[in-house]
Amino acid sequence: MNETSEHTDLNRREFLTRSAATAGVALAPGVMLYSVAQARPADEPVSSAVRWGLLIDSNKCASGCSDCVSACERENGWGTGSTDETHSDATQKAQWIRKVEVKNTETGHAFTLPMMCQHCENPPCADVCPTGASFRRDDGIVLVDKHICIGCRYCMMACPYKARSFVHETLTDQKPYAPRGKGTVEACTLCVHRVDAGDSPACVEACTAENHNAMLFGDLNDPESPIAKTVATYATTQIRADLNLNPGVRYQGI
Amino acid sequence: MKHITYRELPGRSGYYGLLGALALVVLMGFGAFLFMEHHGHYVTGMNNQVVWGTPHVFAVFLIVAASGVLNMASIGSVFGKSMYKPLGRMAGLLAITLLMGGLTVLVLDLGHPDRLIVAMTHYNFKSIFAWNIFLYTGFMAIVAVYLWSMMERRMNPYSKPMGFLAFVWRLMLTTGTGSIFGFLVARQGYDAAVMAPMFIAMSFSFGLAIFLLVLRAMEGGFGWELGGMALKRYKNLLGVFIAATLYFVALMHLTNLYATEHHGVEAFILMNGGIYTFLFWVGFVLVGSLLPLGLLYHPATGGSRTWIVVASVLVLVGALALVYVIIIGGQAYPLVLFPGMEVSSSFNDGVVNSYAPSLPEVVLGVGGIALALALAMVAMRVLRFIPETMSDEAMQQYLEASKH
Ligand code: SF4
Ligand code: SF4
Repeated sequence: MNETSEHTDLNRREFLTRSAATAGVALAPGVMLYSVAQARPADEPVSSAVRWGLLIDSNKCASGCSDCVSACERENGWGTGSTDETHSDATQKAQWIRKVEVKNTETGHAFTLPMMCQHCENPPCADVCPTGASFRRDDGIVLVDKHICIGCRYCMMACPYKARSFVHETLTDQKPYAPRGKGTVEACTLCVHRVDAGDSPACVEACTAENHNAMLFGDLNDPESPIAKTVATYATTQIRADLNLNPGVRYQGI
Repeated sequence: MKHITYRELPGRSGYYGLLGALALVVLMGFGAFLFMEHHGHYVTGMNNQVVWGTPHVFAVFLIVAASGVLNMASIGSVFGKSMYKPLGRMAGLLAITLLMGGLTVLVLDLGHPDRLIVAMTHYNFKSIFAWNIFLYTGFMAIVAVYLWSMMERRMNPYSKPMGFLAFVWRLMLTTGTGSIFGFLVARQGYDAAVMAPMFIAMSFSFGLAIFLLVLRAMEGGFGWELGGMALKRYKNLLGVFIAATLYFVALMHLTNLYATEHHGVEAFILMNGGIYTFLFWVGFVLVGSLLPLGLLYHPATGGSRTWIVVASVLVLVGALALVYVIIIGGQAYPLVLFPGMEVSSSFNDGVVNSYAPSLPEVVLGVGGIALALALAMVAMRVLRFIPETMSDEAMQQYLEASKH
């Protein structure tokens, strides 16, 4: 264990010097600068020094806006981003991310927010998965290994956030970096292919591009990152915090 | 009749007729599986909200009943009740075949049944599901050895310890099955510690009801004799088990009513859940419990073979209704993301999730029951599982002899 982390550290230091040069190409200042600095070369193992997280400010999230959802569909090839799933009905179609409208019936206070896999630190989906297909990477991203998922759907029973979908039919139109398959379960990957390449998730990018700036992506473990600073300064909420899952996705203004 | 003599099922035309009919149902179940496998689960009633459908209802029903049937053997060899001893072999056999039927349904409903080998080679030991795979295979192996110890004279001395092991294992197995639901903390409908003992109580009554029906079928179909003495004991025991199940189900709902966060789901199941409320009260409580209790104990019907059969069938109807309410009703009730708030989304947040069983799912489930019975019939034809007779005289002699 020790040996590996030392190894990782070395690699990272070496990498940091190299990546300093690329830091300038950040797309969204602030958020991006940081993630580029943390981009992980393909030959380096995922490090637990990083905990990827998302902070969603519901105050800035516009009711009726679903730019994050469409961006995810396009990026990962589901919903309108794919020509597949023509047989499945509305309740059977996959939804990696959705907009939820919430209303306090007593006060009338209403807000809206995007809901997706919360990338729990203690993910019940991975705990119950019989084959270990559901797993959490050291950097906090929770994924499904499509090759060993047997489609038992126990993870869907266990997830408190209804974050996962089951593929009900044969698919043909997919993105190479986001494989999907009939009979397996899938969910938000936090755009792991983009994150590993130093980018931020597609939803965050879309939200920022529209100037809503309701989504902030970054490393919760790095005290200097904007997300960690915000979390340290303002009150943020984990949904169903009572379950002690410590999700990597946090919310503000709810 | 100091020693019980055992025999095979006679291979009359009735035997082959029944076996043929069962085989046909098994084939239809297999066809349903191929249909679902080919198209994908969009042809079923399941969706992303109700992910475990009718096949799971049948599978859980069969698995629970399997462990329950074994009690008939345990009561004989572990608890030394001679009245039950002659049926030990059959009980062990049925326990194995019912479990096989249930597991087959479970596996064929997977998104990737072709990856069964993956499930056998990749284990996540944190998962209660993975543990269940061990519990199930272990159960079959232990009961098989137990059967061997009962059937092979040389092995007879081991039948008591093996019976004990099988009994302990079956308790673990049912606890494991119940825990599959008990571990789902996020689901309001399942988060109850009493789930495991409730499943054990359920298994006692489902198992015995199936067993009684099999015994009556052998009597009616093959001229085998089951005396009133034995029958009376079994049907009284069934009554006790029905009452115990009712008690634990009531206990679960009462403990849930204590916890405020469960009030929503309780109101849903017990009062305003539509089909689930109906299945609970009418299906399980009335048809599956009170009615059979009345039939089994009322002087006018309690002694009648026909009414005992009717009561057993009703228990099984109620059993399926109860498992349906637990599995599907529990998922139909929406997950609570924001307690006390009104939520809505494109993904059915905040609304009761819909589910309607589809034909292939039902056929697959029924196919599992047929498979269990067909396997039992074949085994009973080749090996000696059935006591020669259980007529009152034979039982009387046997009881006398076993006293000394
Ligand atoms: S939100 Fe659901 S799918 Fe995502 S990590 Fe948590 S339990 Fe797993
Ligand atoms: S559906 Fe796949 S990922 Fe989910 S618990 Fe089963 S094997 Fe694991």
